[in-house]
Amino acid sequence: MADIDKPRRSFLARIAALFGGLALLEAGWIATSFFGARRRASAAPDKSVELIAGPIERFEPGSVTAFGEGHFYLARLEDGGFLALHRKCTHLGCTVPWSANEQRFSCPCHGSAFDIRGDVLSAPATRALDRFAVKIDNGVVKVDTSRPIRRAVFEVEQVARA
Amino acid sequence: MPNNNNKNRVSARSLIQHARPVRVSAAALRFTHTFGLGGMALVLFLILLGTGLLMIFVYEPTSEGAYKSIVFMQDETLFGRLIRGAHYWGANLLIAVTVLHLFRVFLTGAFHGLRRSNWLVGLGMLLLILVSGFTGYLLPWDQVSYWAITVCAEMLGYLPVVGQALQRLVIGGTEIGAATILNFYALHTVVVPLLLIVLMTWHFWRVRLAGGVIVPTNLENGPASRDEYLPYRPNLVEREKAVALAVIAIVVVIASVFGAPLDDPANPGLSPNPVKAPWYFIGLQELLLHVHPLFAILVIPVTLVLALIGVAYLRFDERPTGRWFLSGRGRRMSAVAAATAVVLTTGWVLVDEFVVGADGWLPGSAPVISDGLLPFAVLTAGVITIYISLKKYFAATVGETVQAMFVLFASSYAVFTATGIWFRGAGMALVWPWQI
Repeated sequence: MADIDKPRRSFLARIAALFGGLALLEAGWIATSFFGARRRASAAPDKSVELIAGPIERFEPGSVTAFGEGHFYLARLEDGGFLALHRKCTHLGCTVPWSANEQRFSCPCHGSAFDIRGDVLSAPATRALDRFAVKIDNGVVKVDTSRPIRRAVFEVEQVARA
Repeated sequence: MPNNNNKNRVSARSLIQHARPVRVSAAALRFTHTFGLGGMALVLFLILLGTGLLMIFVYEPTSEGAYKSIVFMQDETLFGRLIRGAHYWGANLLIAVTVLHLFRVFLTGAFHGLRRSNWLVGLGMLLLILVSGFTGYLLPWDQVSYWAITVCAEMLGYLPVVGQALQRLVIGGTEIGAATILNFYALHTVVVPLLLIVLMTWHFWRVRLAGGVIVPTNLENGPASRDEYLPYRPNLVEREKAVALAVIAIVVVIASVFGAPLDDPANPGLSPNPVKAPWYFIGLQELLLHVHPLFAILVIPVTLVLALIGVAYLRFDERPTGRWFLSGRGRRMSAVAAATAVVLTTGWVLVDEFVVGADGWLPGSAPVISDGLLPFAVLTAGVITIYISLKKYFAATVGETVQAMFVLFASSYAVFTATGIWFRGAGMALVWPWQI
């Protein structure tokens, strides 16, 4: 009797384990999709607004203008090109203020500094400031603030020109 | 029959009493053997549970309402200031006491054999307590908490491959905001305390299973004899009561005198100068000033955590004595190791600041080599050299030498922490404490 039952028992136990495992997988899937919905909501398309910074003439070459709402600085380089720089220091995330006198962004937290193009002037930061995509339509500067673009150093292709 | 009746009453009297061994070694009862640190941690946890339970009825976990609800709690609620103060100081003390408890367990050699799994449970609880401190730190939503959490979340982002995703998961987006506060609130008030209660129960059960705390052996007479064991009641219970009341008194006094700090409301557009991580992570932030993020955030901490776990699996030549520092030689070695760590770490901080500067140790090479691989290789070589010379010079056992290395690392982290707290001013420049 017992001998006959043994394979049947172990078969049933295996089936039970299989279904148990499946149930766990399902529960895990439900939990991740639960959190996934929240993540998508926080990155909703309505957030990828194009912020209209203003007409080109408003920005002097060699000037930096802060846009608190979009969390960026619009820098107009000496040659007239535009760069939108994320205000977050690439070292540990502090907000960097622009100092017009010293012509640099100086991080108050840990002393990193960046030039007008976002390149690192002094450590501990190792990467240039993140940037946002800039578009110039009919002489109006527009910045896509949906997501910051990471970069190692400044490159000429990053500059938007009229 | 009356005998049996009595026995039933004893076992039914309290589940909690069951956590104590029936008879306790007189030598293990001495305050200086354990300093009552585990019990202190439990009392602090209960204080945190009680004050926390009150505060969740007032606190509002939103970025608009959080700060206002804290102000309301402090100014309009009877005893609100005291309760928040007790929670704040209780939490800081809990972290300190837990770390000291870990030191006590390690330095009395109570992590072998039956106690090995409990060493791991204890490490898990330390991790949870740090998570609890970290998540609670953000909740007041003032400038100090906002920027400290920003800095720590950015540290996560330095992890290779998973860093960015992990950071996004923890703060619930790309920047600290409403989602972060909800995440941290749920973790701080439900997830972490629940897990802690589960692990605590397991921890106490394992202590009981190992026959209570480790018993120090008398070197002349061998293990303590039977008649040196006393009934747990009143010998242990009265001592526990004394420690518990002392802890409660200390927390209440500190909370009423100092309260809990509250800075200006969080302002994402304005970083204060300087920004420091919570004190228990300041050592990491300090390390980050000296070595490449890959090493400061990943390689060095992971190596140390693995060492903490792995030490329970080391095979030592002899059984631990249950006495502090294992032996007189162990004590002398640990003192030498601590002094070495203080001198070398201080020297490193000073040399890095005034000699090497921002260019790194090997100007012109990639930062990951000049600030990462090179110092790490030097560090590893130094640690191995210290290990070998200590062992040789003192003709010590593996146990004693490993213990000295533990003291070396702990002292080194303490120096980094002290530097970060007291010697870093504006722009994280080295200054004297009175200049901050």
